[in-house]
Amino acid sequence: MPINYYLFLSLALFTIGMVGVLTRRNAIIIFMCIELMLNAVNLLLVAFSKMHHQLALETGQLATQAGVEGQLFVFFIMVVAAAEVSVGLAIIVMMYRNVHSVDINFLNRLKH
Amino acid sequence: MSIIQILFWGLTVMALFSALMVITSKNPVYSVLWLIVTFFAISGHYILLNAQFLAVVNIIVYAGAIMVLFLFVIMLMNARQEGASGNQRWITLAGTISGGIFLLVVVAALKDTELTTRSAMVMDGEVGLIKILGKELFTRYVIPFELSSILFLSAMVGAVVIGKKD
Repeated sequence: MPINYYLFLSLALFTIGMVGVLTRRNAIIIFMCIELMLNAVNLLLVAFSKMHHQLALETGQLATQAGVEGQLFVFFIMVVAAAEVSVGLAIIVMMYRNVHSVDINFLNRLKH
Repeated sequence: MSIIQILFWGLTVMALFSALMVITSKNPVYSVLWLIVTFFAISGHYILLNAQFLAVVNIIVYAGAIMVLFLFVIMLMNARQEGASGNQRWITLAGTISGGIFLLVVVAALKDTELTTRSAMVMDGEVGLIKILGKELFTRYVIPFELSSILFLSAMVGAVVIGKKD
Protein backbone atom coordinates (compact mmCIF):
# COMPACT_ATOMS: atom_id res chain seq x y z
CA MET A 1 0.00 0.00 0.00
CA PRO A 2 1.64 3.33 -1.02
CA ILE A 3 2.76 5.41 1.91
CA ASN A 4 1.08 8.58 0.70
CA TYR A 5 -2.35 7.00 1.15
CA TYR A 6 -1.58 6.70 4.86
CA LEU A 7 -0.07 10.19 4.83
CA PHE A 8 -3.21 11.78 3.46
CA LEU A 9 -5.54 9.68 5.59
CA SER A 10 -3.86 10.74 8.80
CA LEU A 11 -3.66 14.31 7.53
CA ALA A 12 -7.43 14.28 6.97
CA LEU A 13 -8.05 12.83 10.43
CA PHE A 14 -5.77 15.45 11.97
CA THR A 15 -7.60 18.23 10.12
CA ILE A 16 -10.97 16.94 11.29
CA GLY A 17 -9.68 17.00 14.86
CA MET A 18 -8.35 20.52 14.36
CA VAL A 19 -11.66 21.79 12.98
CA GLY A 20 -13.40 20.22 15.95
CA VAL A 21 -11.12 22.02 18.39
CA LEU A 22 -11.69 25.31 16.58
CA THR A 23 -15.47 25.11 16.24
CA ARG A 24 -16.93 23.27 19.22
CA ARG A 25 -17.45 24.94 22.57
CA ASN A 26 -17.98 21.91 24.82
CA ALA A 27 -14.72 21.30 26.70
CA ILE A 28 -15.17 17.51 26.65
CA ILE A 29 -15.64 17.41 22.88
CA ILE A 30 -12.56 19.60 22.42
CA PHE A 31 -10.65 17.12 24.55
CA MET A 32 -11.93 14.22 22.41
CA CYS A 33 -10.80 16.02 19.26
CA ILE A 34 -7.30 16.28 20.76
CA GLU A 35 -7.37 12.50 21.23
CA LEU A 36 -8.38 12.16 17.58
CA MET A 37 -5.37 14.24 16.52
CA LEU A 38 -3.06 12.10 18.66
CA ASN A 39 -4.42 8.97 17.00
CA ALA A 40 -3.93 10.38 13.52
CA VAL A 41 -0.25 10.92 14.35
CA ASN A 42 -0.01 7.40 15.80
CA LEU A 43 -1.37 5.90 12.59
CA LEU A 44 1.20 7.80 10.52
CA LEU A 45 4.03 6.68 12.83
CA VAL A 46 3.05 3.03 12.43
CA ALA A 47 2.84 3.40 8.64
CA PHE A 48 6.28 5.01 8.52
CA SER A 49 7.64 2.26 10.73
CA LYS A 50 6.43 -0.35 8.26
CA MET A 51 7.86 1.66 5.37
CA HIS A 52 11.24 1.73 7.09
CA HIS A 53 11.04 -2.00 7.72
CA GLN A 54 10.31 -2.76 4.09
CA LEU A 55 13.13 -0.50 2.96
CA ALA A 56 15.57 -2.31 5.25
CA LEU A 57 14.45 -5.68 3.90
CA GLU A 58 14.76 -4.53 0.29
CA THR A 59 18.31 -3.28 0.73
CA GLY A 60 19.21 -6.70 2.01
CA GLN A 61 20.21 -5.84 5.52
CA LEU A 62 19.63 -8.52 8.08
CA ALA A 63 17.34 -6.19 9.98
CA THR A 64 14.21 -7.63 11.47
CA GLN A 65 14.50 -4.83 14.04
CA ALA A 66 14.28 -1.96 11.57
CA GLY A 67 11.33 0.27 12.30
CA VAL A 68 10.75 -0.94 15.82
CA GLU A 69 11.43 2.53 17.24
CA GLY A 70 8.35 3.98 15.56
CA GLN A 71 6.04 1.45 17.14
CA LEU A 72 7.61 1.88 20.57
CA PHE A 73 7.12 5.62 20.17
CA VAL A 74 3.43 5.01 19.51
CA PHE A 75 3.30 2.89 22.65
CA PHE A 76 4.78 5.71 24.73
CA ILE A 77 2.40 8.22 23.15
CA MET A 78 -0.50 6.02 24.29
CA VAL A 79 0.95 5.91 27.82
CA VAL A 80 1.26 9.69 27.97
CA ALA A 81 -2.23 10.13 26.47
CA ALA A 82 -3.78 7.91 29.14
CA ALA A 83 -2.12 9.93 31.91
CA GLU A 84 -3.14 13.17 30.20
CA VAL A 85 -6.77 12.11 29.91
CA SER A 86 -7.06 11.29 33.61
CA VAL A 87 -5.67 14.66 34.69
CA GLY A 88 -7.59 16.58 32.02
CA LEU A 89 -10.92 15.03 32.91
CA ALA A 90 -10.25 15.78 36.59
CA ILE A 91 -9.71 19.42 35.61
CA ILE A 92 -12.96 19.44 33.57
CA VAL A 93 -14.90 17.94 36.48
CA MET A 94 -13.42 20.60 38.77
CA MET A 95 -14.42 23.31 36.31
CA TYR A 96 -17.96 21.93 36.10
CA ARG A 97 -18.16 21.98 39.87
CA ASN A 98 -17.18 25.65 39.97
CA VAL A 99 -19.07 27.22 37.05
CA HIS A 100 -21.77 24.52 36.50
CA SER A 101 -21.03 24.30 32.81
CA VAL A 102 -18.44 22.85 30.46
CA ASP A 103 -18.85 25.64 27.91
CA ILE A 104 -15.45 27.17 27.26
CA ASN A 105 -17.01 30.62 26.75
CA PHE A 106 -17.39 30.83 30.51
CA LEU A 107 -13.63 30.50 30.93
CA ASN A 108 -12.80 34.06 29.92
CA ARG A 109 -11.84 35.51 33.26
CA LEU A 110 -8.32 36.26 32.08
CA LYS A 111 -9.83 38.58 29.46
CA HIS A 112 -11.40 40.97 31.94
CA MET B 1 -9.06 -4.73 -6.49
CA SER B 2 -7.43 -7.07 -4.09
CA ILE B 3 -8.77 -7.90 -0.66
CA ILE B 4 -6.15 -5.64 0.96
CA GLN B 5 -7.28 -2.63 -1.02
CA ILE B 6 -10.93 -3.33 -0.22
CA LEU B 7 -10.10 -3.53 3.48
CA PHE B 8 -7.97 -0.38 3.33
CA TRP B 9 -10.63 1.74 1.65
CA GLY B 10 -13.40 0.35 3.83
CA LEU B 11 -11.49 1.18 7.00
CA THR B 12 -10.54 4.60 5.62
CA VAL B 13 -14.13 5.54 4.82
CA MET B 14 -15.23 4.26 8.22
CA ALA B 15 -12.56 6.28 10.04
CA LEU B 16 -13.22 9.51 8.17
CA PHE B 17 -17.02 9.27 8.38
CA SER B 18 -17.03 8.52 12.10
CA ALA B 19 -14.48 11.28 12.75
CA LEU B 20 -16.77 13.71 10.95
CA MET B 21 -19.71 12.48 13.02
CA VAL B 22 -17.67 13.13 16.20
CA ILE B 23 -17.39 16.82 15.48
CA THR B 24 -20.89 17.29 14.06
CA SER B 25 -23.00 15.42 16.63
CA LYS B 26 -24.97 17.72 18.91
CA ASN B 27 -25.17 15.23 21.77
CA PRO B 28 -21.79 14.59 23.49
CA VAL B 29 -22.73 10.95 24.18
CA TYR B 30 -23.08 10.30 20.45
CA SER B 31 -19.71 12.00 19.92
CA VAL B 32 -18.09 9.55 22.34
CA LEU B 33 -19.71 6.56 20.62
CA TRP B 34 -18.57 7.74 17.19
CA LEU B 35 -15.06 8.28 18.54
CA ILE B 36 -15.04 4.63 19.65
CA VAL B 37 -15.94 3.65 16.07
CA THR B 38 -13.02 5.78 14.85
CA PHE B 39 -10.64 4.04 17.22
CA PHE B 40 -11.82 0.64 16.03
CA ALA B 41 -11.20 1.70 12.42
CA ILE B 42 -7.69 2.86 13.34
CA SER B 43 -7.10 -0.46 15.11
CA GLY B 44 -8.19 -2.17 11.90
CA HIS B 45 -5.54 -0.20 10.06
CA TYR B 46 -2.97 -1.37 12.60
CA ILE B 47 -3.98 -4.99 12.02
CA LEU B 48 -3.72 -4.41 8.27
CA LEU B 49 -0.18 -3.11 8.82
CA ASN B 50 0.53 -6.21 10.93
CA ALA B 51 1.13 -4.12 14.06
CA GLN B 52 -0.79 -6.56 16.21
CA PHE B 53 0.46 -5.42 19.58
CA LEU B 54 -0.50 -1.81 18.94
CA ALA B 55 -3.91 -2.84 17.60
CA VAL B 56 -4.72 -4.71 20.80
CA VAL B 57 -3.31 -1.95 23.01
CA ASN B 58 -5.29 0.64 21.06
CA ILE B 59 -8.54 -1.23 21.64
CA ILE B 60 -7.84 -1.91 25.31
CA VAL B 61 -6.48 1.51 26.27
CA TYR B 62 -8.39 3.88 23.99
CA ALA B 63 -11.67 2.22 23.11
CA GLY B 64 -11.80 0.54 26.50
CA ALA B 65 -10.37 2.63 29.29
CA ILE B 66 -10.22 6.21 28.00
CA MET B 67 -13.59 6.24 26.27
CA VAL B 68 -15.29 4.71 29.31
CA LEU B 69 -13.76 7.52 31.36
CA PHE B 70 -15.16 10.11 28.93
CA LEU B 71 -18.58 8.49 28.92
CA PHE B 72 -18.57 8.32 32.70
CA VAL B 73 -17.71 12.02 33.07
CA ILE B 74 -20.36 13.05 30.52
CA MET B 75 -23.04 11.04 32.27
CA LEU B 76 -21.94 12.38 35.65
CA MET B 77 -22.51 15.98 34.59
CA ASN B 78 -25.90 15.74 32.86
CA ALA B 79 -24.68 16.73 29.43
CA ARG B 80 -26.63 19.70 28.24
CA GLN B 81 -26.72 20.62 24.60
CA GLU B 82 -24.72 23.60 23.54
CA GLY B 83 -26.97 26.60 23.64
CA ALA B 84 -27.17 28.57 20.43
CA SER B 85 -25.28 31.80 20.67
CA GLY B 86 -25.18 34.62 18.17
CA ASN B 87 -21.81 34.22 16.55
CA GLN B 88 -21.58 30.42 16.64
CA ARG B 89 -22.27 30.17 12.92
CA TRP B 90 -19.39 32.52 12.14
CA ILE B 91 -17.07 30.56 14.42
CA THR B 92 -18.02 27.33 12.65
CA LEU B 93 -17.44 28.90 9.26
CA ALA B 94 -14.09 30.40 10.27
CA GLY B 95 -12.89 27.16 11.86
CA THR B 96 -13.85 25.09 8.83
CA ILE B 97 -12.13 27.50 6.46
CA SER B 98 -8.99 27.51 8.60
CA GLY B 99 -8.92 23.71 8.66
CA GLY B 100 -9.43 23.59 4.90
CA ILE B 101 -6.57 26.01 4.33
CA PHE B 102 -4.32 23.94 6.59
CA LEU B 103 -5.23 20.78 4.68
CA LEU B 104 -4.61 22.51 1.34
CA VAL B 105 -1.18 23.81 2.35
CA VAL B 106 0.07 20.52 3.75
CA VAL B 107 -1.28 18.47 0.84
CA ALA B 108 0.35 20.88 -1.62
CA ALA B 109 3.63 20.63 0.26
CA LEU B 110 3.60 16.82 0.46
CA LYS B 111 2.21 15.69 -2.88
CA ASP B 112 5.48 15.78 -4.80
CA THR B 113 7.91 14.45 -2.24
CA GLU B 114 10.04 11.37 -2.80
CA LEU B 115 7.74 9.57 -0.38
CA THR B 116 5.27 8.95 -3.22
CA THR B 117 7.51 6.20 -4.54
CA ARG B 118 7.69 4.33 -1.23
CA SER B 119 5.15 1.96 0.19
CA ALA B 120 4.32 0.52 3.56
CA MET B 121 4.45 -3.21 4.07
CA VAL B 122 0.96 -4.60 4.67
CA MET B 123 -0.06 -7.98 6.06
CA ASP B 124 3.57 -8.97 6.45
CA GLY B 125 6.73 -8.16 8.40
CA GLU B 126 7.57 -9.13 11.93
CA VAL B 127 8.30 -5.74 13.42
CA GLY B 128 4.89 -5.29 15.01
CA LEU B 129 4.79 -8.63 16.78
CA ILE B 130 4.77 -8.65 20.55
CA LYS B 131 7.93 -10.77 20.75
CA ILE B 132 10.18 -8.21 19.08
CA LEU B 133 8.52 -5.20 20.68
CA GLY B 134 8.69 -6.74 24.14
CA LYS B 135 12.34 -7.65 23.79
CA GLU B 136 13.16 -4.13 22.68
CA LEU B 137 11.02 -2.59 25.41
CA PHE B 138 12.80 -4.46 28.17
CA THR B 139 16.35 -3.99 26.90
CA ARG B 140 17.01 -0.72 25.11
CA TYR B 141 13.93 1.15 26.28
CA VAL B 142 13.74 -0.08 29.83
CA ILE B 143 14.43 3.32 31.40
CA PRO B 144 11.63 5.15 29.53
CA PHE B 145 9.37 2.21 30.35
CA GLU B 146 10.05 2.52 34.06
CA LEU B 147 9.78 6.30 33.90
CA SER B 148 6.30 5.95 32.38
CA SER B 149 5.21 4.07 35.50
CA ILE B 150 6.32 7.07 37.58
CA LEU B 151 4.34 9.26 35.18
CA PHE B 152 1.27 7.14 35.80
CA LEU B 153 1.72 7.35 39.54
CA SER B 154 2.01 11.13 39.42
CA ALA B 155 -1.01 11.39 37.10
CA MET B 156 -3.01 9.26 39.52
CA VAL B 157 -2.02 11.42 42.48
CA GLY B 158 -2.68 14.56 40.43
CA ALA B 159 -6.15 13.43 39.38
CA VAL B 160 -7.09 12.60 42.96
CA VAL B 161 -5.75 15.92 44.29
CA ILE B 162 -7.48 17.98 41.60
CA GLY B 163 -10.76 16.09 41.86
CA LYS B 164 -10.91 16.27 45.64
CA LYS B 165 -13.58 18.53 47.07
CA ASP B 166 -11.36 21.28 48.59
